[in-house]
Amino acid sequence: MTGPATAAPSPGAADAVVSLEGVSYAVGGRSIFDRLDIGIERGKVTAIMGPSGTGKTTLLRLITGQIRADAGRIQVDGTDVGTLDNDGLYRLRRGMGMLFQNGALLTDLDVYENVAFPLREHTNLPESLVARIVLMKLHAVGLRGAARLLPGELSGGMARRVALARAIVMDPKLLIYDEPFAGLDPIALGVVLRLIRDTNDALGITSIVVSHDVHEISALADRAYLLSGGRVVAAGTPAQLNADASPIVRQFMGGLPDGPVAFQYPAPDYAAQLLGAEVPR
Amino acid sequence: MSLAAEVLGNGRALLGKAGSFTLFTLRMLRVTPRALLRPSLVIAQVFNTGALSLVIIMLSGLFVGMVLALQGYDLLQRFGSTESLGTATGLAILKELGPVVTALLFAGRAGTSLTSEIGLMAATDQLAAMEMMAVDPIRRVCAPRFIGGFISMPLLAAIFGMIGIFGAQLVGVTLMGVDSGQFWSQMRGAVALKDVTEGILKSIVFGFACSAIAVYEGYHAVPTAEGVGRATTRTVVTSSVAVLVIDYMLTAVLL
Repeated sequence: MTGPATAAPSPGAADAVVSLEGVSYAVGGRSIFDRLDIGIERGKVTAIMGPSGTGKTTLLRLITGQIRADAGRIQVDGTDVGTLDNDGLYRLRRGMGMLFQNGALLTDLDVYENVAFPLREHTNLPESLVARIVLMKLHAVGLRGAARLLPGELSGGMARRVALARAIVMDPKLLIYDEPFAGLDPIALGVVLRLIRDTNDALGITSIVVSHDVHEISALADRAYLLSGGRVVAAGTPAQLNADASPIVRQFMGGLPDGPVAFQYPAPDYAAQLLGAEVPR
Repeated sequence: MSLAAEVLGNGRALLGKAGSFTLFTLRMLRVTPRALLRPSLVIAQVFNTGALSLVIIMLSGLFVGMVLALQGYDLLQRFGSTESLGTATGLAILKELGPVVTALLFAGRAGTSLTSEIGLMAATDQLAAMEMMAVDPIRRVCAPRFIGGFISMPLLAAIFGMIGIFGAQLVGVTLMGVDSGQFWSQMRGAVALKDVTEGILKSIVFGFACSAIAVYEGYHAVPTAEGVGRATTRTVVTSSVAVLVIDYMLTAVLL
């Protein structure tokens, strides 16, 4: 990471690349996070899991400084994200790569130009070198042959692989994946799973994977956090989480429809509403 | 809600929007010099907003000039001064209709495409992805489009004016039989450089306003299909009203 180290790493998380201490965040009066503590270890694949709507993507936006926390401290490689101005954030993000759920490829550029985009924006490398780097990254995700296809011509899995190639083209130290498995067929899913692991280990980077796919995370992550109700309800290796006896962890890891996370969204009394034939307001 | 409260609320919302637009425009102007360092991006946008609008501008210019000559001829005939047709059409097109009609067409053709393009980029996370790649979307996406539109608009207005006068000549001289020498010499005699610069100045101001509004609306569009649609509509409405209001103010100042 290129940002200046302004503070000591958080206590108890000496090797944490990303640390959140007592982070609270609310939108429109609704609390999303309440004094959240999370540490992401260097060199590991850490999963952030939780039911839909627990603010997993919001957490990523907090870490990358797209939104600011109401309280608490978020440090990335020793830099307090909350104190950075726009230029500081851009400097910090040069050391990060992020994979969006849908790939977020630039639709008017082909695959090659999409992967070359960060290089062209941030460096003055000669075209021959840009070509070599782009082809290496595309080869790593198995899409060297698709260099001249447009994003519209790619399948969902391919688009995500191109986005991964783009995310690693600047050799980041931290890679963030937002729901990398959503909507993929089993083959594409296996490919993405392997790519995340291999990328992490081969490049010696740190990965954060946000997902609610229990099975995939169990196979991939070194460590996982389970969020619910704005707090961490369980943390540990996937095996530890699978063995956890608390009801919320059991419900989530076992995929049970009802439990502490209710199947029904809060609503007025069922019988009263039907008999009164009230139209929901 | 009482009428007064509603008016007050709307006024406050309008003021807030004007403030947000001003801040956005200033932010864009600040990164404009850096955006100019990538001329290829700007040239692509001059092509998108300018060259691709040429057909509609030229066709409209031709017909506006033609109808102006018809109406002008009919009017001047009542006073027995049809030889002044060149002056009347020349002044009307260069001072008023050229810049205004071009700006309205520009808002409808190029402005909407700028807004929907940027809005769709936001809706598909492309702008967020750029921010994550430490690339400022205002510098990379908004500024080149704004500059491209700003450059295109006066050029389009000039072409509109030229074709418009040609259309007026076509109808006035060729069809209605006004003397060609009278038509051109009266126009040359009455149209001063000041009149031409007034039109150019207007088209520059309109180019600035229309491009900035289109880019602003796109960047601030609600990132949904409906949101982008509404933003596109707002671009046309706001640009059109802005052009007409600015036109009156500029005319009042320049006369």
